[in-house]
Amino acid sequence: MYLLLMPEIIIALLGILVVILTLILPNKGQEAAKFVTTAGIIGVLVWIFSNFNREASLFNNIYLIDPYASFFKMLFLTASLLVILSSFKYVKKFGRRTSEFYAFLLFTILGMMIMVSAGDLLTLYIALELMTISFYILVAYVLNRETSQEAAIKYLILGALSSGILLFGISMIYALSGTTVISEIALCLREEPALISAVVLLLAGFGFKIALVPFHMWTPDIYEGAPINVTSFLAVASKAAGLAAMVRFFMISLDLFWFDWHLLLAILAAATMIIGNLIALVQTNIKRLLAYSSIAQAGYLAVGLVAANDYGLKGVLFYSMVYVFANLGAFAVATQIENDMESNEIEAFGQLGKRSPFLAAVMTVCLLSLAGIPPLAGFAGKFYLFSGAVEGGYVWLAFIGLLMSMISVYYYLKVVKVMYIGKAEKNAPLAIEFPARIALWICVLLTLLFGIYPVPLTVLTRNAVSLFLG
Amino acid sequence: MIGLTHYLILGTILFSIGLYGVLAKRNAVAVLMSIELILNAVNINFVAANRFVAGDGVIGQLFSIFVIVVAAAEVAVGLALIISIVRHKKSVNLDDYNILKW
Repeated sequence: MYLLLMPEIIIALLGILVVILTLILPNKGQEAAKFVTTAGIIGVLVWIFSNFNREASLFNNIYLIDPYASFFKMLFLTASLLVILSSFKYVKKFGRRTSEFYAFLLFTILGMMIMVSAGDLLTLYIALELMTISFYILVAYVLNRETSQEAAIKYLILGALSSGILLFGISMIYALSGTTVISEIALCLREEPALISAVVLLLAGFGFKIALVPFHMWTPDIYEGAPINVTSFLAVASKAAGLAAMVRFFMISLDLFWFDWHLLLAILAAATMIIGNLIALVQTNIKRLLAYSSIAQAGYLAVGLVAANDYGLKGVLFYSMVYVFANLGAFAVATQIENDMESNEIEAFGQLGKRSPFLAAVMTVCLLSLAGIPPLAGFAGKFYLFSGAVEGGYVWLAFIGLLMSMISVYYYLKVVKVMYIGKAEKNAPLAIEFPARIALWICVLLTLLFGIYPVPLTVLTRNAVSLFLG
Repeated sequence: MIGLTHYLILGTILFSIGLYGVLAKRNAVAVLMSIELILNAVNINFVAANRFVAGDGVIGQLFSIFVIVVAAAEVAVGLALIISIVRHKKSVNLDDYNILKW
């Protein structure tokens, strides 16, 4: 049984090891922490991939191991690996506290991994808090920078509030069903009017974690204030974790007949796509631009959950994986620019096409994938999501999604324009360190590969969503 | 006779007071206290539901103990952050934390 929990156990031990390492070797430990973390994550990733189809439920159904959980665990580990590789140089800023950074990063991964495997609302809540509390600390990591602190206190207050709202929803579900095991709730749930308010509170709580529109206000501020490698991890992994838990809970527990949460979520998704894309049009800071773009992407992902059919759910998984590579590619380029220029403004990208053709090409591919231009992976993902919506009878939602994708091309191309025909602030060629180069290659190659030949990823997603479709 | 409904109403009132506090208070510490009120409302709900709905089960009580523990961890991080901000800014008023907007 404990063999099945190996990935989680290894990640937890690794986190503790990294902290201890610096206590024993104060100076060498900082460097060693990087390599230990990277190696550990690669090992766990391989382990999970080779046991992808294993299914088990542990401790009376409160911990589930299935392809769905494995898929998201792979997503988190890949995302963290790319973040670590692309910010080898950036973390030097953290000085003596570098190794603790890796430890907290590992704890957030642990939280996410438990969250997607949780079969009980209590496990889900504890995992969620493990993830968010570690993220509060990571967001505040550059303590002497005021923006970082401000972002952290805002994140903490809003994050704690949203957890409170989510918990209140959970407590009402418990009052109506007498159980917190996700697979049992559907059987025991009494359908009373109070259930409506419980579902609304749960939607608000999860909506905050994945930044759906009325609950998106924290995203741009926190993305801008946090250190850039934390931002990139927050943008892809915590969003995917929230979404994964939300899909599992809503699909299995709240399969209701007389109250249609799909419509409510459809309205939120539509508002998210519209507002996220429209506000992104006027941004001048790359982190804020990517923040609003990530709000819009959360809207596209929610479309898949609204449809809740074969295409829609496969689309959610497919698109969140594709989103990892596209978004982290863009953030990796932004990290290199920040290393070089100490700036996050879009103008800092001026003449990147000349200074480093490789970086400019990666950025272009990733942004076009986020916009959903064929033949890149983002197109295939959006195709799944919107076909799911049409099949599920939400033609208007698919229409809004398509319209907003078209609008989004404008602000993505604005960055591309600056890179190729903008004014240069510096002309010296930009050097990229080796690990970051690997991360950039992985992002760009997989974005191209999954766009042209999506079969390997679709096979994984088909296995993963089979548990919802019977 | 006091039943589940009364406890749930008490919980909801406490939740609303907490929510009001989060939205209306300007002092960062007072906001953290309001969040504690919300979490206590949740605890009341869980314990009451455990007594009236779940019968012999203890999961509701367990849940409220976990909530208390996690809330303590959250407040520890929150207060540490506030202390480090106050060292820079000499203010706990949330309106003063306004570098990041739009």
